[in-house]
Amino acid sequence: MLEVHGIKKAFGSLEVLKGVDLEVHKGDVVAILGPSGSGKTTLLRCINFLEKADGGTMTFDGETYHFNRATKKQMNAMRRKTGFVFQSYNLFLNKTALQNVTEGLIVARKMPKPQAEEIGRKALERVGLSDRCGYYPHQLSGGQQQRVAIARAIATNPDIIFFDEPTSALDPELTGEVLSVMRQLANDGMTMLVVTHEMGFARNVSNQVVFMEGGVVVEAGPSKEFFQAPKQERTRAFLRMIEQHGIYN
Amino acid sequence: MDTRILELLIDSFPKLLIPGLTMTIPLTVVSFCFAMVIAVVVAMVQFAHVRFLQQICRFYIWFVRGTPLLVQLFVVFYGLTDFNIILEPFVAAVIVFSLNEGAYAAEAIRGALESVPAGQMEAGYCVGMTYLQTMRRIVLPQALRTAFPSLMNSLISMLKDTSLASTITVAEMFMATQRIAGRTFEYMPLYLEVAFIYLLFSTIMTKLQRIGEKKLGAYQTKEVG
Repeated sequence: MLEVHGIKKAFGSLEVLKGVDLEVHKGDVVAILGPSGSGKTTLLRCINFLEKADGGTMTFDGETYHFNRATKKQMNAMRRKTGFVFQSYNLFLNKTALQNVTEGLIVARKMPKPQAEEIGRKALERVGLSDRCGYYPHQLSGGQQQRVAIARAIATNPDIIFFDEPTSALDPELTGEVLSVMRQLANDGMTMLVVTHEMGFARNVSNQVVFMEGGVVVEAGPSKEFFQAPKQERTRAFLRMIEQHGIYN
Repeated sequence: MDTRILELLIDSFPKLLIPGLTMTIPLTVVSFCFAMVIAVVVAMVQFAHVRFLQQICRFYIWFVRGTPLLVQLFVVFYGLTDFNIILEPFVAAVIVFSLNEGAYAAEAIRGALESVPAGQMEAGYCVGMTYLQTMRRIVLPQALRTAFPSLMNSLISMLKDTSLASTITVAEMFMATQRIAGRTFEYMPLYLEVAFIYLLFSTIMTKLQRIGEKKLGAYQTKEVG
């Protein structure tokens, strides 16, 4: 469903992505792991055209995109079929929770307001926030804000949702509520590409793992194999380190 | 205070207040509305780095901010007659005040646009909105909220600056004062009286600003820890 070939990105002289390939099938939950600076967030941002990659191609939903010469129209078409959840939530600060969810439906998709609000309420219900429809972002906790952001992403019925370290800005307690919403989504068959530091999520929820370091994919495969029988020495070292410290980074 | 001056003050009060209400206030409000339109467009052109147009905007701001308001009034009202452009005093004043205030407000709005977190625009893209849609619905409203106190500041400032329009024969409040003062030779009481009316107007505007801020403050653009 989503295939990325040879994606390259440099910030000045710093090569962040050195030709990365990635494949996501419908219903997959893919966890992208790797130490800080490995390029995993940049990969996600380039795929959704938030950064302009220098080279590489992508096929998505039968459409081929060239990263360095995608048109605005193509970018918009791609984004309309995807959802994106940011590390820092990025809720629209001047909109209520419900308006955050309906904005993309009403403005971008020209959906009538009542219909959009019905979808919006359902989406907020799915993340357990039906009682917070009228709240502004600043009135919500970090975990609640991130759940609204997830509701905003699912409301447009995307083919895939990208998560960029969705729990990194949250304390452990709030992390739990966001992860359980994501687990629920995975169980419902949502295709997800998740950059994360949550080993538990990668191990138990995702079915595929991509391990990146230094702008290349070190190892990729089913998560069971990745955690139980890693092929690369670098992966083994990484997993040993996590085991010792319980966390990484 | 002798009764003659008291009577003069009472007698002249409506004669000052009426041009205030029919000329000073409309001149201020109309010019400010045009100024806002100019300012939003100029700020957005610069924020989006639109080539060529950006240069024009920079030039406009440089020129307007670098020349005195009084000189601008004279250039438009008296100077343009050389090209057979003869403007009504009120029209000339509106043009000058709009262009002048537009340049200052554009900078305030541009600054506010730059203070809106980049993630707001990115989030707009990610729900499928275009640049202009996100700008109009998300970024600009937040920027205007941030710029609001500074814009209200300019509005009050402009209210007082409209007294300069008397020099191009706009029959506003200050001109009315000068006429009465010239006739009665009671300068101090009358100029203090008109100062008091300006003070009254700006106090009302300050009150309106408070109300406006409260209304706009339903959401906060800064995240609360």
